Amino acid sequence: MKFRAKIIDVGCLNHFTRVVNTVSRLTKACVLRLTCDHLYFVLSGRVATGGVSMWCELSQVNFFDEFQLEGVSADANEIFLEVAPENFSRALKTAQNAKSVKIKLTKKTCPCLTLAAELPSLSSVSRVVTHDIPVDVIPRRLWHDFREPQMPDFDVSIYLPPLKTMKSVVDRMKNLSNYLVLEANLNGEMNLKIETDLVSVTTHFKELGNPPWGDDGSQSSSPTHRDPDLMAEARVDIKKLQQFLMGQQVNPSKAMCNIVHRRILHLIFLHEDVSLQYFIPAVE
Amino acid sequence: MDCVATGGNVKVLAKAIHSLSRIGEELYLEPVEDGLALRSVNSSRSAFACFLLSPLFFQRFQAPSDQSFRCKMPIKSVQAVFKSLASLDRSVEKCRIQLNSEKSRLTITLHCKHGLLKTHNLSFQDCESLQAVFDKDSCANVLQAQPRLMVDTVLHFPPSLEEVNLSVSSDRVWLRNHVEDDADSSRAMMTELCLSAEEFDHFAVSTQTSITFCLKELRGLLVFAESSGLPISMYFDEPGSPVILSVTDSVLEGNFVLATLSEESHPKNHVNSNTKCPDTEQPPDDFMSDDMDSFLIAMETSELPGPSHVPTSPPRLSNRKDNRKHSFSEEEQEEEALTEGPPNKKFCSLFFGSVLPTPSHMPNQTMQSQEVLASDSEDENEPQTS
Repeated sequence: MKFRAKIIDVGCLNHFTRVVNTVSRLTKACVLRLTCDHLYFVLSGRVATGGVSMWCELSQVNFFDEFQLEGVSADANEIFLEVAPENFSRALKTAQNAKSVKIKLTKKTCPCLTLAAELPSLSSVSRVVTHDIPVDVIPRRLWHDFREPQMPDFDVSIYLPPLKTMKSVVDRMKNLSNYLVLEANLNGEMNLKIETDLVSVTTHFKELGNPPWGDDGSQSSSPTHRDPDLMAEARVDIKKLQQFLMGQQVNPSKAMCNIVHRRILHLIFLHEDVSLQYFIPAVE
Repeated sequence: MDCVATGGNVKVLAKAIHSLSRIGEELYLEPVEDGLALRSVNSSRSAFACFLLSPLFFQRFQAPSDQSFRCKMPIKSVQAVFKSLASLDRSVEKCRIQLNSEKSRLTITLHCKHGLLKTHNLSFQDCESLQAVFDKDSCANVLQAQPRLMVDTVLHFPPSLEEVNLSVSSDRVWLRNHVEDDADSSRAMMTELCLSAEEFDHFAVSTQTSITFCLKELRGLLVFAESSGLPISMYFDEPGSPVILSVTDSVLEGNFVLATLSEESHPKNHVNSNTKCPDTEQPPDDFMSDDMDSFLIAMETSELPGPSHVPTSPPRLSNRKDNRKHSFSEEEQEEEALTEGPPNKKFCSLFFGSVLPTPSHMPNQTMQSQEVLASDSEDENEPQTS
């Protein structure tokens, strides 16, 4: 198993750092899946995480200048590592003005992802900062736990309102209730609702637009057969939604959510070279 | 005693006090013939700091008539006088420190703009002279760097990091986070920064060395140096000997003295940056073995005059051999006293925070026990030097 990669472009480095920062805000531990073409940060839904799962996909060529991978075996040319993204974040933080950043899979007292950044210095010799981030190699027999999630058979798909607005609404609602209902229809209308014994608050968004999934979506009922005014809803733990919104460092070029009525809230953020999917299960 | 600091020096004085507050809870104030000494020590006696402000630092410097006046007070109360550093140089024109001996009060008066006078009366306690014994000139290795270099270096380490390891070779310096050898440590993130000797203003390394000390206590000095623009000099020897960081200009001198981990827990060959395996540390319990002194900065309790950088007397220099084994040393009797008895075990095991006594016990106890050290069973008949 071998992995070596190098970033020399400052813009790529900053972008990569932002992605890692976002992931580190969503979870304390996740799986890093490395293939020849992609990097994936994966969190598989488990009771421990409250059933939340995450899939973040990066196209390697858009970030790395050099990328060499030798997976577990020839027919399974991939590497799965369990890592604490916060360590990764910390290592990248002080390397933002580096001339180059190299990432390697190494073995110190335990398997590590070693990040070495060459920093500008006052002399002809560069400063080198090296971080050894401990990782766990995930054996092949467990890889199936971390497969790409299927696009759920959603009832409604809708573009999200501007993140900033949505975040401030959710922040305030969090003070009043632990659960939030997100409902939307195919008319571009979305409501965020909370209801307690004392108070109920609803925020209405209009004219958001619905992504045109067309025939390639796994929707069994095509849009025309569904009453456009009919709301699909999911009641979710508000903290999980807030955590997801808080973590975003960059405004995505596309932000949408798919709702499986009373089952799952599937949030998708697309940004140039990165796609981030987040699944929050609905609660009763 | 009557001292007056004016203009920008008021802020410098405030910053010095703030950086001392990162070391210990009490400020020791002592006018000496070379000026005003402000000192602090941490509860485990593993870090000591001293700022000596020369008479030229002040617009007016009048030493007290009582030559042996010295006092200590909670540093927080002094900090409260100089809070909001940012506005200090805008509003304060003059700062006057006076000793009111009848009432046992130290009066600090801030003369501000528009005729505003802020007077603070701080009560103090009499105390012994707090003076660490160390000798910069006898250190084998000396580095000097601009504060920016040190600050940038330290940035790579998390603010919560306690101990850091510094290794030097003939042309390189490595700084690493130090990790205790316990169950969690093998999974800890290791960070290492490598600098070339060229980045330093002065680089004199006589032997390859590796020392481990507490970074947290240094940060106060870094902040002070950065704001004053003064280069920082580092003096150190082999592990076990203290590391001294100092800043100097024509009117002041600041020295931060930190104890370092002793040799037993430190492999000698440490310079290959590719081998990053954590040092095979002995578990904390072994720290309690006979080399306790390396964790302690021997504190002078007598009236030895003079600022700390002057080698005090020939006998001390000839004790250099002892200094290598123990961080600082005084008479033999004191060393024995140090190695005896339960209270001393606390000192060494404290260094890396494995066992901390309640802070309330420490300050008074250490001062008392320092006095006692000078008068252990063998010295009972000698007059007290304190």
